[in-house]
Amino acid sequence: MTIADSRPHDHQHNDHGHHDRGHNHPHDAIEVSEGANEYEIMVHAIKELLIEKGVITAEDIRKTLEFMDTRTPALGAKVVARAWTDPEFKKRLLANGTAAVAEMGIPMGDAELIIVENSKDVHNIIVCTLCSCYPRTVLGLPPDWYKSRNYRSRVVAEPRAVLKEFGTELSESVTLRTHDSNADMRYLVLPERPAGTEGWSQEQLAAIVTRDCMVGVAFPKAG
Amino acid sequence: MSEVVNAKFAPGDKVRIANANPPGHRRVPVYARGRPGIIERICGAFPNPEERAYGFDGLPKRPLYRVRIRQTDIWPDYKGSDKDVLELEIYEHWLEKA
Repeated sequence: MTIADSRPHDHQHNDHGHHDRGHNHPHDAIEVSEGANEYEIMVHAIKELLIEKGVITAEDIRKTLEFMDTRTPALGAKVVARAWTDPEFKKRLLANGTAAVAEMGIPMGDAELIIVENSKDVHNIIVCTLCSCYPRTVLGLPPDWYKSRNYRSRVVAEPRAVLKEFGTELSESVTLRTHDSNADMRYLVLPERPAGTEGWSQEQLAAIVTRDCMVGVAFPKAG
Repeated sequence: MSEVVNAKFAPGDKVRIANANPPGHRRVPVYARGRPGIIERICGAFPNPEERAYGFDGLPKRPLYRVRIRQTDIWPDYKGSDKDVLELEIYEHWLEKA
Protein backbone atom coordinates (compact mmCIF):
# COMPACT_ATOMS: atom_id res chain seq x y z
CA MET A 1 0.00 0.00 0.00
CA THR A 2 1.36 3.41 -0.89
CA ILE A 3 1.01 6.51 1.24
CA ALA A 4 -1.63 7.89 -1.10
CA ASP A 5 -3.60 4.66 -0.70
CA SER A 6 -3.55 4.91 3.05
CA ARG A 7 -5.56 8.10 3.24
CA PRO A 8 -8.87 7.51 4.99
CA HIS A 9 -11.36 6.06 2.54
CA ASP A 10 -14.84 7.39 2.29
CA HIS A 11 -16.28 4.12 3.51
CA GLN A 12 -15.95 2.33 6.84
CA HIS A 13 -13.73 -0.71 7.36
CA ASN A 14 -14.12 -1.22 11.04
CA ASP A 15 -15.33 -4.80 10.75
CA HIS A 16 -12.07 -6.41 9.71
CA GLY A 17 -13.32 -9.70 11.06
CA HIS A 18 -15.69 -9.86 8.10
CA HIS A 19 -13.31 -9.43 5.26
CA ASP A 20 -15.61 -10.81 2.64
CA ARG A 21 -18.21 -8.08 3.02
CA GLY A 22 -17.87 -4.67 1.45
CA HIS A 23 -14.29 -5.31 0.25
CA ASN A 24 -13.49 -5.62 -3.38
CA HIS A 25 -10.04 -4.10 -3.54
CA PRO A 26 -6.82 -5.95 -2.71
CA HIS A 27 -4.78 -5.35 0.45
CA ASP A 28 -1.20 -6.13 1.35
CA ALA A 29 -0.81 -9.23 3.51
CA ILE A 30 0.56 -7.04 6.30
CA GLU A 31 -1.56 -3.99 5.82
CA VAL A 32 -1.82 -0.53 7.21
CA SER A 33 -5.23 -0.27 8.82
CA GLU A 34 -7.74 1.98 7.15
CA GLY A 35 -7.61 5.53 8.37
CA ALA A 36 -4.04 5.06 9.57
CA ASN A 37 -2.83 7.99 11.63
CA GLU A 38 0.09 10.18 10.67
CA TYR A 39 2.61 8.09 12.64
CA GLU A 40 1.49 4.81 11.10
CA ILE A 41 1.81 6.38 7.67
CA MET A 42 5.34 7.62 8.51
CA VAL A 43 6.37 4.17 9.79
CA HIS A 44 5.07 2.59 6.63
CA ALA A 45 6.85 5.16 4.45
CA ILE A 46 10.16 4.61 6.27
CA LYS A 47 9.76 0.84 5.97
CA GLU A 48 9.20 1.13 2.23
CA LEU A 49 12.23 3.41 1.84
CA LEU A 50 14.51 1.10 3.85
CA ILE A 51 13.47 -1.82 1.67
CA GLU A 52 13.77 0.19 -1.53
CA LYS A 53 17.29 1.35 -0.59
CA GLY A 54 18.34 -2.18 0.30
CA VAL A 55 19.04 -1.42 3.98
CA ILE A 56 16.73 -4.21 5.10
CA THR A 57 14.52 -6.67 3.29
CA ALA A 58 10.85 -7.46 3.74
CA GLU A 59 11.96 -10.88 4.97
CA ASP A 60 14.15 -9.27 7.67
CA ILE A 61 11.06 -7.48 8.95
CA ARG A 62 8.93 -10.61 8.84
CA LYS A 63 11.61 -12.66 10.61
CA THR A 64 12.00 -10.01 13.32
CA LEU A 65 8.24 -9.89 13.88
CA GLU A 66 8.16 -13.68 14.02
CA PHE A 67 11.01 -13.71 16.56
CA MET A 68 9.51 -10.94 18.69
CA ASP A 69 6.23 -12.83 18.85
CA THR A 70 8.08 -15.73 20.51
CA ARG A 71 9.28 -13.40 23.31
CA THR A 72 7.00 -13.42 26.35
CA PRO A 73 7.25 -12.65 30.08
CA ALA A 74 7.62 -16.42 30.62
CA LEU A 75 11.28 -16.04 29.58
CA GLY A 76 11.98 -13.40 32.23
CA ALA A 77 10.08 -15.50 34.79
CA LYS A 78 12.35 -18.48 34.06
CA VAL A 79 15.40 -16.28 34.61
CA VAL A 80 14.02 -15.02 37.93
CA ALA A 81 13.02 -18.49 39.14
CA ARG A 82 16.49 -19.79 38.37
CA ALA A 83 18.12 -16.88 40.18
CA TRP A 84 15.95 -17.66 43.23
CA THR A 85 17.09 -21.28 43.34
CA ASP A 86 20.63 -21.19 41.95
CA PRO A 87 22.91 -18.80 43.92
CA GLU A 88 25.82 -19.20 41.50
CA PHE A 89 23.59 -18.28 38.56
CA LYS A 90 22.24 -15.30 40.50
CA LYS A 91 25.80 -14.04 41.04
CA ARG A 92 26.53 -14.27 37.33
CA LEU A 93 23.18 -12.65 36.49
CA LEU A 94 23.83 -9.65 38.71
CA ALA A 95 27.41 -9.32 37.44
CA ASN A 96 26.50 -9.52 33.75
CA GLY A 97 22.83 -9.88 32.84
CA THR A 98 23.46 -10.15 29.10
CA ALA A 99 25.88 -13.08 29.46
CA ALA A 100 23.77 -14.88 32.08
CA VAL A 101 20.55 -14.86 30.03
CA ALA A 102 22.56 -15.94 26.97
CA GLU A 103 23.48 -19.06 28.99
CA MET A 104 19.75 -19.79 29.06
CA GLY A 105 19.50 -19.33 25.31
CA ILE A 106 18.03 -15.82 25.48
CA PRO A 107 19.81 -13.37 23.12
CA MET A 108 19.75 -9.64 23.97
CA GLY A 109 20.51 -8.46 20.43
CA ASP A 110 22.06 -4.99 20.34
CA ALA A 111 21.17 -4.06 23.91
CA GLU A 112 22.78 -4.95 27.22
CA LEU A 113 20.78 -6.29 30.17
CA ILE A 114 21.20 -5.02 33.70
CA ILE A 115 19.43 -6.87 36.50
CA VAL A 116 18.32 -4.72 39.42
CA GLU A 117 17.64 -6.64 42.60
CA ASN A 118 14.88 -5.92 45.08
CA SER A 119 15.41 -6.59 48.78
CA LYS A 120 13.71 -5.73 52.06
CA ASP A 121 15.35 -2.30 51.89
CA VAL A 122 15.39 -1.54 48.16
CA HIS A 123 12.73 -1.54 45.46
CA ASN A 124 13.42 -1.00 41.76
CA ILE A 125 11.14 0.29 39.03
CA ILE A 126 11.79 0.69 35.31
CA VAL A 127 10.79 3.30 32.75
CA CYS A 128 12.02 4.88 29.56
CA THR A 129 11.13 8.56 29.61
CA LEU A 130 12.50 9.36 26.15
CA CYS A 131 10.70 6.67 24.17
CA SER A 132 9.65 3.29 25.50
CA CYS A 133 12.78 1.11 25.69
CA TYR A 134 11.81 -2.16 27.33
CA PRO A 135 13.62 -5.50 27.80
CA ARG A 136 11.63 -6.99 24.92
CA THR A 137 13.87 -9.99 24.43
CA VAL A 138 13.08 -11.22 27.96
CA LEU A 139 9.55 -9.82 28.41
CA GLY A 140 8.04 -9.52 24.93
CA LEU A 141 6.06 -6.45 23.95
CA PRO A 142 5.49 -3.79 26.60
CA PRO A 143 2.01 -3.12 27.98
CA ASP A 144 0.27 0.01 26.70
CA TRP A 145 0.60 1.79 30.04
CA TYR A 146 4.40 1.45 29.91
CA LYS A 147 4.40 3.48 26.69
CA SER A 148 1.88 6.05 27.93
CA ARG A 149 2.96 9.63 28.47
CA ASN A 150 1.33 9.49 31.89
CA TYR A 151 3.50 6.61 33.18
CA ARG A 152 6.69 7.82 31.52
CA SER A 153 6.50 11.35 32.82
CA ARG A 154 5.13 10.66 36.30
CA VAL A 155 7.10 7.61 37.39
CA VAL A 156 10.35 9.60 37.49
CA ALA A 157 8.83 12.47 39.47
CA GLU A 158 6.32 10.75 41.74
CA PRO A 159 7.09 7.01 41.58
CA ARG A 160 5.46 6.21 44.90
CA ALA A 161 2.16 7.74 43.82
CA VAL A 162 2.32 5.78 40.55
CA LEU A 163 3.06 2.55 42.44
CA LYS A 164 0.05 3.20 44.65
CA GLU A 165 -2.13 3.43 41.55
CA PHE A 166 -0.89 -0.05 40.64
CA GLY A 167 -1.95 -1.24 44.13
CA THR A 168 1.65 -1.43 45.31
CA GLU A 169 2.30 0.33 48.60
CA LEU A 170 5.91 0.95 49.50
CA SER A 171 6.97 1.70 53.06
CA GLU A 172 8.87 4.97 53.63
CA SER A 173 11.79 2.93 54.98
CA VAL A 174 12.32 1.26 51.58
CA THR A 175 14.65 3.07 49.17
CA LEU A 176 13.08 3.38 45.74
CA ARG A 177 15.42 3.25 42.77
CA THR A 178 13.83 4.45 39.53
CA HIS A 179 15.72 3.40 36.41
CA ASP A 180 15.36 5.46 33.25
CA SER A 181 16.46 3.27 30.30
CA ASN A 182 17.40 6.32 28.30
CA ALA A 183 20.31 4.90 26.29
CA ASP A 184 21.81 1.48 25.54
CA MET A 185 20.95 -0.64 28.58
CA ARG A 186 17.78 -2.57 29.30
CA TYR A 187 16.61 -3.42 32.81
CA LEU A 188 14.88 -6.34 34.47
CA VAL A 189 13.80 -6.28 38.10
CA LEU A 190 14.74 -9.32 40.15
CA PRO A 191 11.92 -9.38 42.72
CA GLU A 192 12.29 -10.76 46.21
CA ARG A 193 11.23 -14.37 46.53
CA PRO A 194 8.02 -14.29 48.56
CA ALA A 195 7.57 -16.20 51.81
CA GLY A 196 5.55 -19.39 51.50
CA THR A 197 7.43 -20.64 48.43
CA GLU A 198 9.98 -22.76 50.28
CA GLY A 199 10.71 -25.99 48.48
CA TRP A 200 8.94 -24.92 45.27
CA SER A 201 10.33 -26.07 41.92
CA GLN A 202 11.64 -23.55 39.39
CA GLU A 203 8.48 -24.15 37.32
CA GLN A 204 6.21 -23.39 40.27
CA LEU A 205 8.21 -20.27 41.08
CA ALA A 206 8.24 -19.04 37.49
CA ALA A 207 4.43 -19.23 37.44
CA ILE A 208 4.10 -16.47 40.07
CA VAL A 209 6.63 -14.11 38.47
CA THR A 210 4.51 -11.84 36.32
CA ARG A 211 5.52 -9.18 33.83
CA ASP A 212 4.58 -6.36 36.21
CA CYS A 213 6.81 -7.83 38.96
CA MET A 214 9.76 -7.66 36.56
CA VAL A 215 9.00 -4.04 35.61
CA GLY A 216 8.75 -3.24 39.31
CA VAL A 217 5.12 -2.17 39.65
CA ALA A 218 4.01 -5.28 41.57
CA PHE A 219 5.26 -7.96 43.96
CA PRO A 220 5.08 -11.69 43.30
CA LYS A 221 2.70 -13.48 45.66
CA ALA A 222 2.78 -17.08 46.84
CA GLY A 223 -0.98 -17.60 46.90
CA MET B 1 29.54 -2.63 23.26
CA SER B 2 33.23 -2.65 24.07
CA GLU B 3 35.33 -2.19 27.17
CA VAL B 4 36.11 1.37 28.18
CA VAL B 5 39.75 2.38 28.01
CA ASN B 6 40.86 5.55 29.79
CA ALA B 7 37.53 6.13 31.53
CA LYS B 8 37.46 9.64 32.95
CA PHE B 9 35.26 8.59 35.88
CA ALA B 10 35.12 5.62 38.25
CA PRO B 11 32.22 4.18 40.25
CA GLY B 12 31.58 6.39 43.29
CA ASP B 13 32.91 9.58 41.66
CA LYS B 14 30.86 12.72 42.18
CA VAL B 15 29.77 14.25 38.89
CA ARG B 16 27.44 16.83 37.48
CA ILE B 17 25.44 16.39 34.31
CA ALA B 18 26.00 19.30 31.94
CA ASN B 19 23.32 21.97 32.03
CA ALA B 20 23.22 22.43 28.29
CA ASN B 21 20.46 22.64 25.73
CA PRO B 22 22.07 21.94 22.36
CA PRO B 23 19.75 21.34 19.41
CA GLY B 24 19.48 17.93 17.78
CA HIS B 25 19.00 14.40 19.02
CA ARG B 26 20.10 14.16 22.67
CA ARG B 27 19.48 11.31 25.05
CA VAL B 28 19.89 13.28 28.26
CA PRO B 29 16.41 13.97 29.63
CA VAL B 30 15.90 17.63 30.48
CA TYR B 31 14.99 16.79 34.09
CA ALA B 32 18.53 15.42 34.60
CA ARG B 33 20.48 18.31 33.08
CA GLY B 34 22.53 20.29 35.58
CA ARG B 35 21.93 17.73 38.36
CA PRO B 36 24.63 16.33 40.64
CA GLY B 37 25.06 12.59 40.99
CA ILE B 38 27.50 9.76 41.51
CA ILE B 39 28.79 7.20 39.05
CA GLU B 40 26.93 3.95 39.74
CA ARG B 41 28.83 1.92 37.15
CA ILE B 42 30.59 2.07 33.81
CA CYS B 43 28.33 0.44 31.23
CA GLY B 44 30.86 0.14 28.42
CA ALA B 45 31.67 2.09 25.28
CA PHE B 46 28.94 2.58 22.67
CA PRO B 47 28.63 4.42 19.36
CA ASN B 48 27.46 7.97 20.06
CA PRO B 49 23.68 8.06 19.48
CA GLU B 50 23.82 11.83 18.91
CA GLU B 51 25.80 11.11 15.72
CA ARG B 52 24.03 7.92 14.72
CA ALA B 53 20.70 9.76 14.70
CA TYR B 54 21.91 11.59 11.59
CA GLY B 55 23.34 8.64 9.68
CA PHE B 56 26.95 8.89 10.95
CA ASP B 57 28.62 5.81 12.43
CA GLY B 58 28.92 7.30 15.92
CA LEU B 59 32.61 6.35 16.13
CA PRO B 60 34.79 6.55 18.11
CA LYS B 61 32.68 4.85 20.75
CA ARG B 62 31.96 6.91 23.84
CA PRO B 63 32.06 5.70 27.45
CA LEU B 64 28.58 5.34 28.92
CA TYR B 65 27.96 5.58 32.67
CA ARG B 66 25.03 4.99 34.96
CA VAL B 67 24.57 8.05 37.12
CA ARG B 68 22.66 7.95 40.41
CA ILE B 69 20.87 11.16 41.38
CA ARG B 70 18.98 11.80 44.61
CA GLN B 71 15.33 12.39 43.80
CA THR B 72 15.35 15.42 46.11
CA ASP B 73 18.13 16.91 43.94
CA ILE B 74 15.86 16.68 40.89
CA TRP B 75 12.49 17.59 42.36
CA PRO B 76 12.63 19.99 45.32
CA ASP B 77 9.12 18.98 46.37
CA TYR B 78 9.72 15.22 45.91
CA LYS B 79 7.29 13.14 47.94
CA GLY B 80 8.95 10.02 49.32
CA SER B 81 12.02 8.92 51.20
CA ASP B 82 14.99 11.28 50.89
CA LYS B 83 17.01 8.15 50.12
CA ASP B 84 15.05 7.57 46.89
CA VAL B 85 17.20 7.79 43.77
CA LEU B 86 16.88 7.98 40.04
CA GLU B 87 19.44 6.23 37.87
CA LEU B 88 20.04 6.81 34.19
CA GLU B 89 22.64 6.46 31.48
CA ILE B 90 24.83 9.41 30.57
CA TYR B 91 27.63 9.59 28.01
CA GLU B 92 31.00 10.86 29.24
CA HIS B 93 30.91 14.07 27.20
CA TRP B 94 27.84 15.17 29.19
CA LEU B 95 29.59 14.73 32.56
CA GLU B 96 31.85 17.02 34.53
CA LYS B 97 33.58 16.46 37.88
CA ALA B 98 31.62 17.82 40.82
